[in-house]
Amino acid sequence: MKTRRSWWITLIGVVLTAVMLFPIYWMVNVSLTPQSDMRKSPPDLFPLQPTFEGYQKVLSDQLPYLGTSLVIGIGTVVLTLVLSAPAAFALAKLRPRGGNVLSFVLLIAQMIPGIIMAMGFYAIYLNLGILNTIPGLILADSTIAVPFGVLIFTAFMRGIPDELMAAARIDGASTWRTFRSIVLPVSRNSMVTVSLFAFLWSWSDFIFASTLNSAGTAQPITIGIYRYIGNNNQEWNAIMATAVVASIPAAVLLVLAQRYVAAGVTAGAVKD
Amino acid sequence: MTATQISESTGHGDTTRRAAARTAALTGPARRPRRTGRWAAWAFIAPVAIYLIVFYAYPLYRNLDLSLRDYTVRSFIDGNAPFVWFSNYVSVLQDATFWPALANTATFTLVSIVFQYSIGMALAVFFFQRFPLSATLRALFLVPWLLPLLVSASAWSWMLNSDSGIVNAVLGAVGVGPVNWLTSPQWSLVSVLIANIWIGIPFNLVILYSGLQNISTDIYEAASIDGANAWQKFWRITFPLLRPVSAITILLGLVYTLKVFDIIWIMTRGGPGSSSTTFAIWSYRLGFGSALPDLSPAAAVGNLLILIALILGLIYIRAQRRLEV
Repeated sequence: MKTRRSWWITLIGVVLTAVMLFPIYWMVNVSLTPQSDMRKSPPDLFPLQPTFEGYQKVLSDQLPYLGTSLVIGIGTVVLTLVLSAPAAFALAKLRPRGGNVLSFVLLIAQMIPGIIMAMGFYAIYLNLGILNTIPGLILADSTIAVPFGVLIFTAFMRGIPDELMAAARIDGASTWRTFRSIVLPVSRNSMVTVSLFAFLWSWSDFIFASTLNSAGTAQPITIGIYRYIGNNNQEWNAIMATAVVASIPAAVLLVLAQRYVAAGVTAGAVKD
Repeated sequence: MTATQISESTGHGDTTRRAAARTAALTGPARRPRRTGRWAAWAFIAPVAIYLIVFYAYPLYRNLDLSLRDYTVRSFIDGNAPFVWFSNYVSVLQDATFWPALANTATFTLVSIVFQYSIGMALAVFFFQRFPLSATLRALFLVPWLLPLLVSASAWSWMLNSDSGIVNAVLGAVGVGPVNWLTSPQWSLVSVLIANIWIGIPFNLVILYSGLQNISTDIYEAASIDGANAWQKFWRITFPLLRPVSAITILLGLVYTLKVFDIIWIMTRGGPGSSSTTFAIWSYRLGFGSALPDLSPAAAVGNLLILIALILGLIYIRAQRRLEV
């Protein structure tokens, strides 16, 4: 009887999930719909005559955008890790005077709306002449991830036993050596979490891309989709196909690293 | 974890034994490192400290500077922008868009929070029953939150399309006339709200679910013995005990929702007219919406937004310090 009841609950759960994920299904469905059926009323619920013309368009139009996004994503991950891991180590284990002020500032930093950062960066980049460049966008995107990275790493590194570090010191290891050879390898899991989110956020970024890289030669995929929507309002299968392709990193990350994702949401309940 | 940092930084507020025990467990023996150690610590922190000054403080300063001067495109070339005190703020406050934008920002934020939180809570309680597949389904619920906002916004745009959207097709099937979701002033704010609520549900679900995991099962067992039904258990046990987690979820939601830009810009561009224009959208439209950026008033609007976010942020930190033990 107990199991019978739980199957009912599972059924309700499946229905709820289906409702929640319907917009994503619809995106896939539309991406496979032939252009001639796009304005059909009512629309087809299933891609009965799937076409890949949308995806062919993506391959011919959007590959450079995808490549740019990949480069920016990787750049953001590297910059975020390099900046946040050492700082977190110091905050968690070396505990300097004033460290708490830094943690506080990092907490506040995450609350600043992106549009305000974008305007400040725009004014600065215009003077420096690095508008519409990939490094400029990497720097801007990293501001979303660095405070989060420091907070996640700090939380994790606090849990590393002090005895482990004392042992290293007795063996004559310098602070840097302790950090590199002991703390970093132990923190591998939190490195994955921070990298995942840094990549995902820079991949998804639209506000920095549209303000700081609106006229560059190398633009990210979010601008690619935005251009599509603006230019050919009619070809929704191509737009949705691009959207599906742009969602791949999120899907891959969720499948491969689900527990890290959940860890990131809850531990760093400070996401923007 | 952030609560621990705060409680340490203030040294008061958390007087309960549990908090003290947790702080001690996390920080270990509070031993001041030697002088050389302190220098090493700052060497490790220096990159981030410099980074914060150059890439946070300086842009914010530039933004403030923009809002107090009269910048034009020329100003960036010849470096001349007259200092005009608060005249940008005055003209923004007198602008016809100000009151609609304020009302839209408030409506958008409050309605989003109410629905995201209550639906997230209902789902958290539902998934907490631990039925077969519950973990998998819960993971699938995260997908909308991980997708690029631009992708979600495009998908919703097409679903809500007046002529060919699935939503109007379904409504038509039950005899409700077509609704101009994105193109009529009455419905545009509702449309972006629907999309934003959909995106925010997973976040609320995950945080509240983790809160549920921390409630001891003994309390529920005791309540069952006393004959409490599920409804009573929720309102008398779950809801009161989740108060600290709820406060944090809601305040983070507030700060997050104030920032929302992508969804509204893609779906309606704040229109028609200013019917779905929030402060974030208004600021962007002034600054980057036209060929000639008008950065000074845009920065003024942005600074008003940051003021609201800052006030809410301070409430968040206060609430977190007081509630999460």
